[in-house]
Amino acid sequence: MSAAAHGVYSDVIRERWRKPRHRGEVPGANAVAEDVNPLCGDRVRMMLTVAPDGRIEAAGFIGDSCAICTASADVVADLVTGRSRADAAALEVADVLNVLQSEIRPTRMRCVTLPVFVLGQALNGSKRA
Amino acid sequence: MRLDEQTRPDFPILQRIVNGHPLVYLDSGASSQKPRSVIEAMNRYYERSHANVHRSIHTLGEEATELYELARDSVQRFIGAASREEVVFTRGTTDGLGLIAETIGRTLAKDDEIVVTELEHHSNLIPWQLVARDRGAHLKAVPVLADGTLDMAALDRLITRRTRVVAFAHVSNVLGTITPVAEIVRRARAVDAITVVDGAQAAPHLRLDMPSLGCDFYVFSAHKMLGPTGIGVMYGRRAVLDSLEPGRGGSEMIKEVWIDRAQWNDLPWRFEPGTPPIAEAVGLTAAIEYLEKVGMERVGEHERALTRQTLEGFARTPGVTAYGPPVSVDRGAVVAFAVEGLHPHDVAALLDAEGIAVRASLRDAADAPARRRRHLARDVLGVQLAGRGVAAPGGGRRAAFGAVGGPR
Repeated sequence: MSAAAHGVYSDVIRERWRKPRHRGEVPGANAVAEDVNPLCGDRVRMMLTVAPDGRIEAAGFIGDSCAICTASADVVADLVTGRSRADAAALEVADVLNVLQSEIRPTRMRCVTLPVFVLGQALNGSKRA
Repeated sequence: MRLDEQTRPDFPILQRIVNGHPLVYLDSGASSQKPRSVIEAMNRYYERSHANVHRSIHTLGEEATELYELARDSVQRFIGAASREEVVFTRGTTDGLGLIAETIGRTLAKDDEIVVTELEHHSNLIPWQLVARDRGAHLKAVPVLADGTLDMAALDRLITRRTRVVAFAHVSNVLGTITPVAEIVRRARAVDAITVVDGAQAAPHLRLDMPSLGCDFYVFSAHKMLGPTGIGVMYGRRAVLDSLEPGRGGSEMIKEVWIDRAQWNDLPWRFEPGTPPIAEAVGLTAAIEYLEKVGMERVGEHERALTRQTLEGFARTPGVTAYGPPVSVDRGAVVAFAVEGLHPHDVAALLDAEGIAVRASLRDAADAPARRRRHLARDVLGVQLAGRGVAAPGGGRRAAFGAVGGPR
């Protein structure tokens, strides 16, 4: 992606896509969800370890996704780590966009929202640890 | 003069500058751009002649009716149909295939069989899934071989005496495979199955002749062949149309109506309930006239050259893999490719930054994702590049993807 990518994606997206900090399995995760973007087939799995006191101790993702979606998932994992369950559930797409620092076209917005949506599923679907 | 040099000025949209670059539109497989003559014909119709058709007894109504029915004659000529009654207007390919599935579906019984192929677009798969579910019928799919062609030996096993419908694409929207229509029809007919051909990706590119294909139904859209959105064609063989009850009801499709019954109208109107897409029919006439003026042989020649050049270019480009039949096989002007390490959306975004429009999708073939992963041919299906038709712009685009732009 090199030179041509400069006009297309922000530095944050490119860096997070190249070197995601939270990609990979989360051993012992107790809040997990996975979903697909029906438009493109992107698939993201979010994994959280929620401590007994409700604090999110670790977060990670794996997936088959584009640069924007990968970066979004990485940012989501970053933002929720250390937060309480309620705080994490309150995470909004705007918070992610704020970190990505990139103008996202309407056709690609689903790439950003998918990990946020999956986070919600993980938090709602999991049993309280 | 090269065909694209000749035709490019006819397409107003190709004057656009996208992200600082002259537009290179390689997404005609999804929807083609329109020549000026199509746009002007539709404007002229709305400015001068618009009214409802068939039952409006005034000057405008008569003009509108005449223009609408003229479109039917144009289509009949374009596809070599035996009669104008065999040309039914729909809202598009999806609408036409859905109409056929609903109509034939009512005649199916439990344990009847429907045969499709793994090449099908969703439009020619889901309607049959619904029919199979509703009627207790079985849906079977002809596999695709590693080279992107259909497994014709499997077809022989899948078609049985219980087969009532064989539905398949003429040209694959993903792999560009051209299927042997006449041969499949021959095998289907041996068991008296009805044949339904999805011609969406063929009508814009191949010279069509219904009698030599021999199928019972042939369906396509205007908007992929330089015409407007919102209108399509369902060709039906006269004998088959005569034997079927109308699938949908409304005005236009009846002669006489009582509260508990109705007498159906003659063909083709029996299958055209409601106010049809009239301006769109006018636009379709103009599109057909444009294609006929260029000549479908010349369109085909140009596309074969572009496809060959694209495949050869990809073969020389490290990290790029093309899918579908090899360059030696006659195939449609669509090339699916993947770039190693890059997601299709990202490839499409990078190309867009260069003013190049391609299709990015993992989703446009009918296969379920899990199954898809088992298929080499579609495992890494990436960006679907549809460089096609007289609208396919050529002329020396550069950079890593210069090879796809067209002859230099």
